[in-house]
Formats: sequence, C-alpha cells, structure tokens
Amino acid sequence: MSQLEIKDLHISIGEKSIVKGFNLTIKPGEVHAIMGPNGTGKSTLAKAIAGHPDYTITQGDVLLDGKSVLAMEPDERARSGLFLAFQYPSEIPGVSIANFLRAAVQARLAEGEELDATGYYKRLYAKMDMLKIDRKFTSRAVNDGFSGGEKKRCEILQLAMLEPKVALMDETDSGLDIDALRIVAEGINAIRAGAKPPGILLITHYQRLLDYIVPDFVHVMYAGRIVKSGDKTLALELEAKGYDWVKQEFAAATA
Amino acid sequence: MKPPTELENAVAAENNPVAGIDQTKGDFQYKVDHYAFDAGTGLSEDTIRYISSVKKEEPWILEFRLKALKTFLDKPMPTHWATKDLENIDFQKIRYYLSQGQKPKRTWDEVPDDIKKTFERLGIPEQERKFLAGVEAQFDSEAAYSNIKDIVAKQGVIFVNSTEGLREHPEIFRKFFGKVIPTGDNKFSALNSAVFSGGSFIYVPKGVKVAQPLQAYFRINAENFGQFERTLIIADEGAEVVYMEGCTAPKFSTSTLHSAVVELVALKGAKIQYITVQNWANNVFNLVTKRGIAHEDAEIKWIDCNIGSRLTMKYPGVVLKGERARGEVLSIALANDGQHQDTGAKMIHAANNTTSNIIAKSISVGQGRSTYRGVVHIPKHLKGCKNNTECDALLINTNSRTDTYPAISVRGDKNATQHEASVSKVSEDMIFYMQSRGLTEAQAMSLAVNGFINDLAREFPMEYSVELKRLIDLEMEGSVG
Repeated sequence: MSQLEIKDLHISIGEKSIVKGFNLTIKPGEVHAIMGPNGTGKSTLAKAIAGHPDYTITQGDVLLDGKSVLAMEPDERARSGLFLAFQYPSEIPGVSIANFLRAAVQARLAEGEELDATGYYKRLYAKMDMLKIDRKFTSRAVNDGFSGGEKKRCEILQLAMLEPKVALMDETDSGLDIDALRIVAEGINAIRAGAKPPGILLITHYQRLLDYIVPDFVHVMYAGRIVKSGDKTLALELEAKGYDWVKQEFAAATA
Repeated sequence: MKPPTELENAVAAENNPVAGIDQTKGDFQYKVDHYAFDAGTGLSEDTIRYISSVKKEEPWILEFRLKALKTFLDKPMPTHWATKDLENIDFQKIRYYLSQGQKPKRTWDEVPDDIKKTFERLGIPEQERKFLAGVEAQFDSEAAYSNIKDIVAKQGVIFVNSTEGLREHPEIFRKFFGKVIPTGDNKFSALNSAVFSGGSFIYVPKGVKVAQPLQAYFRINAENFGQFERTLIIADEGAEVVYMEGCTAPKFSTSTLHSAVVELVALKGAKIQYITVQNWANNVFNLVTKRGIAHEDAEIKWIDCNIGSRLTMKYPGVVLKGERARGEVLSIALANDGQHQDTGAKMIHAANNTTSNIIAKSISVGQGRSTYRGVVHIPKHLKGCKNNTECDALLINTNSRTDTYPAISVRGDKNATQHEASVSKVSEDMIFYMQSRGLTEAQAMSLAVNGFINDLAREFPMEYSVELKRLIDLEMEGSVG
C-alpha cells in the first residue's frame, strides 16, 4: 500500500511557526484538495514534505509506505516516490526537458544500470501524446522563458514520466488563464485515469481548479492545520460563503 | 533506404561514437623510473646545453635557446597585473628535461608495452586508436608514438614532433618558428624558448583539407617535472586543418610547471581550428602562450577548455593581419577550490574588414576563482572591422569569485564592437528543484554547469564534449561536502 501519512506535523521557518499539528492520510489514487486563505501554511506544507532546506520540522512525522522520510535528502525522498509540482518552477538554462527527465529517470536506476535510450524516448513520446504535448516541447530548456502555462505543463509531464507514489501539487492553477487551466487539468485527469495513479495532494486557493479536477476529499486549512474536511460539496460551499465563514468558526472553536 | 524516424534520431543522438571508451580511466597514476636522459633540477646554461646536445640540435637552435634563457632571466614576473601566486614557482626545483630516449615510433608494434599501457589507462581501446588520424602522444618530453595516417601523409601533410620537425624540415620550421610569438613576448614564452621539447610540427600544403582532426595527448608525469612543449602549425594557402589536444595529469604533492608555446600560421584563405580540453592536477602552474596569425581571408578558431590546475594563465590570440581575416576564441574555464583560472582572449585587428568573436564562459566553485582577461584592439585607420565579445560567469556557492577585465580599444568610426557580460548563480532553489526530481546535489550542480556551457560545448567534436561532461561531473562530485 503506497500511502502518505502526515502525522501531527509542525513546521517552522526560522523561529516562526507556520504549520501546527497537521494530520492527513492519502491513499493511492485519492485526490485530496487543500484549500484555505493565503498565509495558512499550504505551500509550506508541500515544500517541507519535499525536503526544502529552509523549513524545519519541529514535531510530527511524514511516512511514505510506513517509512519516515524526514531524515532523507530531498533527492532520496523523490526517488522513494514523492513528487512536488512547484508553484514557481526553476529555470534551468541550457538543459533540455528531454535531458533533464533522462537524468531524473537515470537517477532512479540501480548503480551501474544504464538507461535504455530507445525505451526512454518511447515512453516519453507516449506520455507526451497522452498529455497532448508537441514533440518540439522537450527540446526546449527546462522552464527557460516559458509562459505560466508552459511551466505548469512541464511539471505535469515530469509527473507523468516519473510516476511517483504521491504528488504534492502546489497552486498548480496559479497564473493560468482558463484555457491553460483546462489543459493542465486534463493532463492531471489523464494521469489519474492511468494504470498506476498516484495519491494527489492538490493545493489551491480557488475553487475553479476543482471544477476540472474533481477531488475525493476537500480540506480547509487555516492557521496551520486542517479545520474542516468534507467532499467536493465543501469546495462549493466555500466558493459561495468565502473563507470568513471558516475563520469565524475557527475563532468560535478556539475561544 | 527510408529516412530515420524521430525515435531513431533521438536514440542516435544518445549513442555517441566514442561510447566504447571507458571514461572512468582518465584518472591515472603512472610510475616511471627508467628515464635514459635527465637534465636534473634547476635551470642554467648547462641545462640548456644538455637538452640541446641530447636532442642533437643544430648550433642555431642552441643559440636561440641560450638567448631565450637570458631574456627569461631578465624579464620580471608579471605580478604587477597578474596574481602574486606566480612568485611561488621555484624555478630551481623544476626538472626541465626528462626522456626515455626512444625515437618516435611509427607503427603500433614498435611502441613499448608500458607506453601502450598508458594508452589503455587513457581509456582508448586499440580499435579506436586506429581510427585516430595520426596520434601523437607526448610521453613526457618526447613523442613516444607518432602515427600519421597514410591518407594524411599522401596529401603531403607533415605531422611530426617538434624535434623531428626541426631536424627534417628546417627550411619551413625556421621560416615561421618564433615569428608569431617572439621569445621576448612574455617571461614564460622566453622560458619555453629556452627549454622547449616535444609538441607538434604540422605543415598542411596549399589547398589540402585534412578531413580528420589531428590529435595529441599531453601529460605531466614525473614529480617536479615541467613540460615545455612547442607547437607550430602552418596551413598554407587555402588549406584546412583541425588539431585537438587533451591533457591529463596525475596528482603529485609538489608543484609542477607546464609552460607551452603554440604558434599558428594561416596563410591566405586557410583555416585552422585548435581545440584543447585539459584537466591538470591541482598543483600545476599552467602558463601557456597561444597565438595565431590569420592572413587574407584566413580563419583561426581556438576552442579552449580549462579545468584543473593551480593557476592557469592563458589568452589565446589571433592577429588579423590580412583583409577579411576572421578570428574566434571559444573558452570554457572551471575553477574549483584552490584553483585560479585566469583566461581570456586577444584579438588584434591589423587589416580592414576583419572580424573577431570571443565567447568566454567561466564557472567558479567553492573557493575557486575565475578571471576573464581580454584584449580587442582595432586601430583608428582601419574600417569595416567587427568584434563581438561575450563573457558569462557562473558562480556556485557564495565564496566563489569572478573578475572581468575586458580591454576593448576600438578607434575610428568605421568599426563596430559589441560586448556583453553576465554573472549568474546556481541558486539554492534551482538545486532544490532538481533534487526534488531525484537528482543528487552533485548531479544537480553538474547538470546546471553543463547547461551553462551547453551552447559552447556543442561546438566541440563529439568525443571532446563527452570528455568535458565527464570532467565536469567529476569536479562537481568532489565539490559537494
């Protein structure tokens, strides 16, 4: 069972505590949407789980297949099956997407094992067809001079190629117009419909992404933890009422 | 035959022609304890007389050497502009000549076994060697193996070591020798002129286009041993030649000195391309003077790649002597901890409508330091001259240092120049991004560096860009704590 368990997680940046007691279990193929106002720790959660050096985990644990990932380097976590789709992906000038992905796939092979180039390109092209990505795309340098939509498509292609157990998707909808949003969502849905769908943690500020990617669960995050969980109807409720309603409930509960 | 499919093309690009080379064998240590000729340590007139007599040279060469020694001794260290580290070279502790005493071999069978073993350690399978056009490997001072492929010789191309060149082709050698880089050009060209041995002499006759690149490997082998090769390449009118040199050097505890002089002459309409990929041990002072003269419609291109060494000072240059001559320097330098790469280019425009192009990329890692030093000179009376200079520096971690000293003097209003410089950093976020895809920190840095030089590396012949990538991987592995 490939599942991600986040247990009582506390995260801080420097002295500042951001995430305070976050709990969630994601099973394979499940899509969990995390919503919430800005500054509640959604992105912090994703980056810290992926192992970003700026974040300190002060309490709690993150288990992938029952094994804690917290002592692992970011690359070890990735190789064990975690994937972070970035809100702001870095540009890597001079390195083509095809070469970058090849290096990432090679990194997952056992020591001394050589990548089969034919097999790799076959698989890459199959994934690109599935995501309706033009062949020319992968000869471009990673994210270099990309539009917002292209950057996100590049993330989705990497997700499709690396076939992680769990994907953390940080504000995948940010900076996208409605057409780009639809294309990216279709990509995620295609991966979801595939043979080995990952568990997905979908971080978003707006409900509109969830029109395209229908989540199995919706969680509202506020002040560093989940304050409300439900199914997709919760997202619609939030859309109608706004986050103030959550804040008031939270204030009442903690008063 | 049907055209290759997209997939086949992609796969073909992966499989390079030198896939058979074991790239892990570049780092070698090689023990030599049976030199027949040894000039001992220290530099004096006696040293030079010894070298000259062992090489059975004509009196004029001895004369030339002795005069050069005087020039060397008279010239001050250029520390008023260059690094003070030069003062740490102890010229009396350097060994100026060391040779096993064998004559250059022409056939593979005649090459001694221990030298063959060295080739093996360089990672080149025998099969592959046979395809190399005229391998000229410098076994310390003397060329141990020199094989001119039949086809090259049939075209009338002379490709020998400099000792043989002086002996057998004095009429051509003497005409051009020391003309591009005079003895007194700088302190180290003077030193080389005094003690030179080894290096290549190439003459390509009129209109001959050498199809395969001519290659040479250089190494520094013995402790405290300095290597002072002297290379002279002449491409006669309309001739074309590509020369490649690769260097590896085993690590020793004391400093060693490499001080070469390379002179190129491209006569009317000729083309010379000179490619260097070197990886010196980090205790080597690598002080090299490289320059070419391009006559009317001629083209000289230096592709220069500097990895390793303690200090490298090298500024390949082109004197654009004839109208419409073109000069180009593509340079990559990687300075790791404890290393200083002081590299650049010189373009001296001396005729109308001459063009020059300089693209220099440097990478500084850890405490490594990179310096770009360039000279572009276009005098006022000329017209239609163009220069393009681009210097890009990449810094990896905060201690790295980079300096740029571009001296561009363009006079007159009928000439054009453009200069671009950039400094970029491999950011923590970029490394994290790559790590989050499963690459280790070293792999991530290596990929970032390879990306940075990618557009230049593409100009390299395939086996050299593969070698370059491998060297960068090794450097990056070593730089992650």
